[in-house]
Amino acid sequence: MDKMPKWADLALIPLINLVIAFVISGLVILAIGEDPLRALDVMVTGALGSAYGWGYTLYYATNFIFTGLAVAVAFHASQFNIGGEGQATLGGLGVALVCLALPWPHWTVALLAASLGAAVFGAAWAAIPAWLQARRGSHIVITTIMFNFIGASLLNYILVNVLRPVGSMDPASARFPEGAKLPSFHDLPLIGGMFLRSTPANVTFFIALAACVFVWLLIWRTRLGYEIRAFGKSEPAARYAGISPYKIVMVSMLISGALAGMMAINNVMGEAERLVLNAVEGAGFIGIAVALMGRNHPVGVLLAAILFGFLYQGGAELALETSIPRELITVIQALVILFTGALDNMVRRPVARLFVKQGAK
Amino acid sequence: MDFATLIQILDSTVRLGVPLLLACLAGLYSERAGIFDIGLEGKMLMSAFFSGAVAAVTGSVWLGLMAGVGGAMALAAVHGLASITFRGNQLISGVAVNFLASGFTVLIAQSWFQQGGRTPQLMGGGRFEPIHLPGAEALRDVPILGPIYHELISGHTILVYVAFAMVPLTWWALYRTRFGLRLRAVGENPAAVDTAGISVVRLRYTAVAITGFLTGLAGAYLATGLSAGFVKEMTAGRGFIALAALIFAKWKPLPALGATMLFGFLEAIANRYQNLDLGIITLPVQFMQALPYILTVVILAGFIGKAIPPRAGGEPYVKER
Repeated sequence: MDKMPKWADLALIPLINLVIAFVISGLVILAIGEDPLRALDVMVTGALGSAYGWGYTLYYATNFIFTGLAVAVAFHASQFNIGGEGQATLGGLGVALVCLALPWPHWTVALLAASLGAAVFGAAWAAIPAWLQARRGSHIVITTIMFNFIGASLLNYILVNVLRPVGSMDPASARFPEGAKLPSFHDLPLIGGMFLRSTPANVTFFIALAACVFVWLLIWRTRLGYEIRAFGKSEPAARYAGISPYKIVMVSMLISGALAGMMAINNVMGEAERLVLNAVEGAGFIGIAVALMGRNHPVGVLLAAILFGFLYQGGAELALETSIPRELITVIQALVILFTGALDNMVRRPVARLFVKQGAK
Repeated sequence: MDFATLIQILDSTVRLGVPLLLACLAGLYSERAGIFDIGLEGKMLMSAFFSGAVAAVTGSVWLGLMAGVGGAMALAAVHGLASITFRGNQLISGVAVNFLASGFTVLIAQSWFQQGGRTPQLMGGGRFEPIHLPGAEALRDVPILGPIYHELISGHTILVYVAFAMVPLTWWALYRTRFGLRLRAVGENPAAVDTAGISVVRLRYTAVAITGFLTGLAGAYLATGLSAGFVKEMTAGRGFIALAALIFAKWKPLPALGATMLFGFLEAIANRYQNLDLGIITLPVQFMQALPYILTVVILAGFIGKAIPPRAGGEPYVKER
């Protein structure tokens, strides 16, 4: 046998990468004079040990599912969409404009319209870099980075000059009407009793799950998905097979931007219920780590998003209970990106060699 | 706008442009050698922290500078390891470097100083002092040229003069030395360099190390020259503006000077005037802040001259067997 079994590629290597990232994080905690095992205990108890913790963990996970799927879809077309942050920011603008436009009669109607607004605005913000890549050959990584900054400035301008209610000093929009209020987990039948009113997890989580199914169907069960994967594997081969590079780059980036934008129904409509500055809080970048960990598969993305949701909530608890600041999570996130993404070969080569040796026996 | 105001704006253009210039030249070495680097921001931040922290503890700005350069070069080594030795994705590695610096600096700052992720205020020998060029005081009252010499050219810290000296030095190294020829070649066609019997790996590591060194200077300037100490996230996107300037300058040293000073000028204007009234239209401050990024996208789009990156950029080199 000349290559690794599939399970090793999909599960073993990400697991080893993750363990290395966590061991190094543990050493960092030791180095600043804290106890890594106690830190882990605080994080697990804080994020998973109570209904309150789960309410936050799943809320964060919902954000990361959307941004992770966004990065994954683009990755399948070999496009690195680093602009999830900007697309989610603009998605928030879409949600805010929809929610503030009408006195919504019921949250279901508002949710449908707001999802559409979020997706359209997110896709629109991805469309310009995508077009520049497809037609002008401008590197999509650089243009999407630039669009993150342009998006932040644009939102700042709109919040201060357009959406800010008269007399308010805060650079934030008005509160959304009552009819646009999404039910939190606490308000839902069956599971409602398990969650507290004060936690932000809401029905958007189920939309995120639906998005996972949608991405799976799209990538592995449609002609378009096949074309996207073919293009991502080899552009010349795809071109030879009559697949239009322009179409694939545009469509994959539009879907990617729409997914990133839809994150806003969770954080803007579900949690804040108004649009504030920097509402995305880096979730767009975490999508990169989530997609890398999840090997660009919706199931992997879902699991990785829950892991990062746990890290986020656990990190907040850590900052409260110990003297470790929550920036520890940024370090862990960086190490996960480093080991699962950039240093992947460091683990992959020896593991592959091991399997080849085993196979030769 | 009177003459004194203009001088003041140009003076802050220089101050704000210098970290961009150093970081931009840093990126130039790496990218010309075929290693994309979107981690300039992280390396600057790391250096800003270590220079601020060590200068605060030891009271010596020079030790601070060395620590800052060391911190930036350590991150450059991580980037080199990932992108050269293990042939990983250079962009993903850059993202990781940025987050590593962003989290690590606050974590360590909090652990060492307990001041909410900042270092103590630097004073005295902890900061770089302005250098007064000979005759600056005497020529001060000469009309026009006096203020230009006294305010604009004299009275900056050593790193400012180093940064400006780096421009011709980089030009010379790139276009007039054997090292520069090889560096440019390895970014365009590494296989040809390899065929000539020159180590691609060694050249690329050298380039990445120079990048680390220069981002180290840029970060140290932020913490010990421009301000007095490290503050959480103090680079504030400057690494990305430097990256934008590098593209704007089409990966060439002399245009890099022009691009970084232009972007420094835009920042100086945005700092001074909240909303810029041009008579016909008023430009909001947010527009001025976004302008470097907008200009870069326009340049990348190729509507005003085309920015063509080094051909082998981003591709790990696999030696033929």
